Amino acid sequence: MSTIGAKAARRPAMPATPVGLPRVLRALEHGEPVGLARHMEVHGAVPSGLGGRALIDLVEAAGLAGRGGACFPTATKLRAVRKARGRAIVLANGCESEPLSLKDALLLRELPHLVLDGAAIAAGAVGADEVIVAFEAPNTQARDSLEQALQERRAARVDSVGFSLFAAEERFLSGQETALISQLGGGPAKPTFVPPRPTERGVRRRPTLVQNVETLANLALIARHGAGWYRELGSEAESGTRLVTLAGAVASPGVFEIECGTPLASLLAAAGGIEAPLAAVLIGGYFGSWLPAARIGEIELSNEALARHGAAFGCGAIVALSADSCPVAETTRVAIYLATETANQCGPCVHGTAAIARTLHGVAEGSPSPSAFADLDRWAAELPGRGACHHPNGLARFVATSLRTFARQFHDHAANGPCDACSAEAVLQFPAGRAHALAGPA
Amino acid sequence: MRLRVNPIGCVGHGLCAELVPELIVLDDWGYPIVNPGRVPDHLQTHARRAADACPTLALLMEQD
Repeated sequence: MSTIGAKAARRPAMPATPVGLPRVLRALEHGEPVGLARHMEVHGAVPSGLGGRALIDLVEAAGLAGRGGACFPTATKLRAVRKARGRAIVLANGCESEPLSLKDALLLRELPHLVLDGAAIAAGAVGADEVIVAFEAPNTQARDSLEQALQERRAARVDSVGFSLFAAEERFLSGQETALISQLGGGPAKPTFVPPRPTERGVRRRPTLVQNVETLANLALIARHGAGWYRELGSEAESGTRLVTLAGAVASPGVFEIECGTPLASLLAAAGGIEAPLAAVLIGGYFGSWLPAARIGEIELSNEALARHGAAFGCGAIVALSADSCPVAETTRVAIYLATETANQCGPCVHGTAAIARTLHGVAEGSPSPSAFADLDRWAAELPGRGACHHPNGLARFVATSLRTFARQFHDHAANGPCDACSAEAVLQFPAGRAHALAGPA
Repeated sequence: MRLRVNPIGCVGHGLCAELVPELIVLDDWGYPIVNPGRVPDHLQTHARRAADACPTLALLMEQD
């Protein structure tokens, strides 16, 4: 049994119960949205007659956890929404605001029916009559693909719930669940204070199940094949598969489906291997952690294993940073980008992220403030938990892990200014036209 | 009971840190850093007073 499902692997006729990988990506074709006919041919129909309670028990037995980054147990959320007073709404979250992650965009663009199946099943489980599928507005391919898929489903009378689409703002915090609910109510793309939780009071003040689209795709498979099948891959604590977006110095970057717990080295090999000696690997996107290249051989891609290295899977974005890149320039640009993406509403985040970005920039330019490193350490320690959302936590984590992993390079820049590699093309990307305001955020 | 700040509501008046310095200190910009642990019995009254005194009602006393 292979442990890595190479991206876009085309499979011959499916067995009744699929074995091994890929699972979520099984129906994937080469760049074309998978239509209803092929979807049904590969996955079969969703079994009818599974009641809400039974479905939730099944999800719990499967051990499914949220794939948006927080890994919250899906069954717990389903139960909370089912129990809440009032008619529930399902919000399928495809706003993948993390610039390094491409998996949700891939699902919406190429495998819309699996996501829509999962959303319809979730709606049945929580007693919702309405599903909203949210994506980032610039992702017009997702919109086209979803519209096409919904048209096919209406013609074939697949669903008994109503679907609508929502184009969210393109901001880093746009997909944060309370920020998304705020936008659906006509408000800004900014998180709100909880409680109330969305499970109690969300869209139109109704109990709202917000689930990442990869979670819903997995739900669609669990409903078909059961919990025992789901647990054939992964570990006791972390079952099933995960989609990862691999970027950087590998021969064939892209989205891969891996078994939870797969060695990082196997993933790199599946991507055609590394193209240059590496300095470090970033795991978990811009809210993630750096692991030095020397430790690649020890790393397994599960939260349990990553926690031993102070890392977490997060959104599943992984970047292999070549030793030719300048980690100081790379991470400073990201810190500035994240600082400019604050929702501008919580004081500690507004001031703390700007101060961190400004101070890092000074270090990178060779003109650090006298207490730069002590300030950065203190702010990174003080910031977590002090915003309405996890934005300050994420930035603090990213900066702390960057300073720790690349301590020598940061101190070298502080003393000597930019290095030759500073002006190289950026590996760590973010949406064009943003966060170039290097001239000291206020 | 625990103290918790609604960071969206807080504008950094800093009154709370004056009223319960045992549990709240201010950061470099005057925003409170609140001890996340249980409020000890002998500080309950002070903590309650600080929550009531917050000009933006952003300091909350919450049940465990």
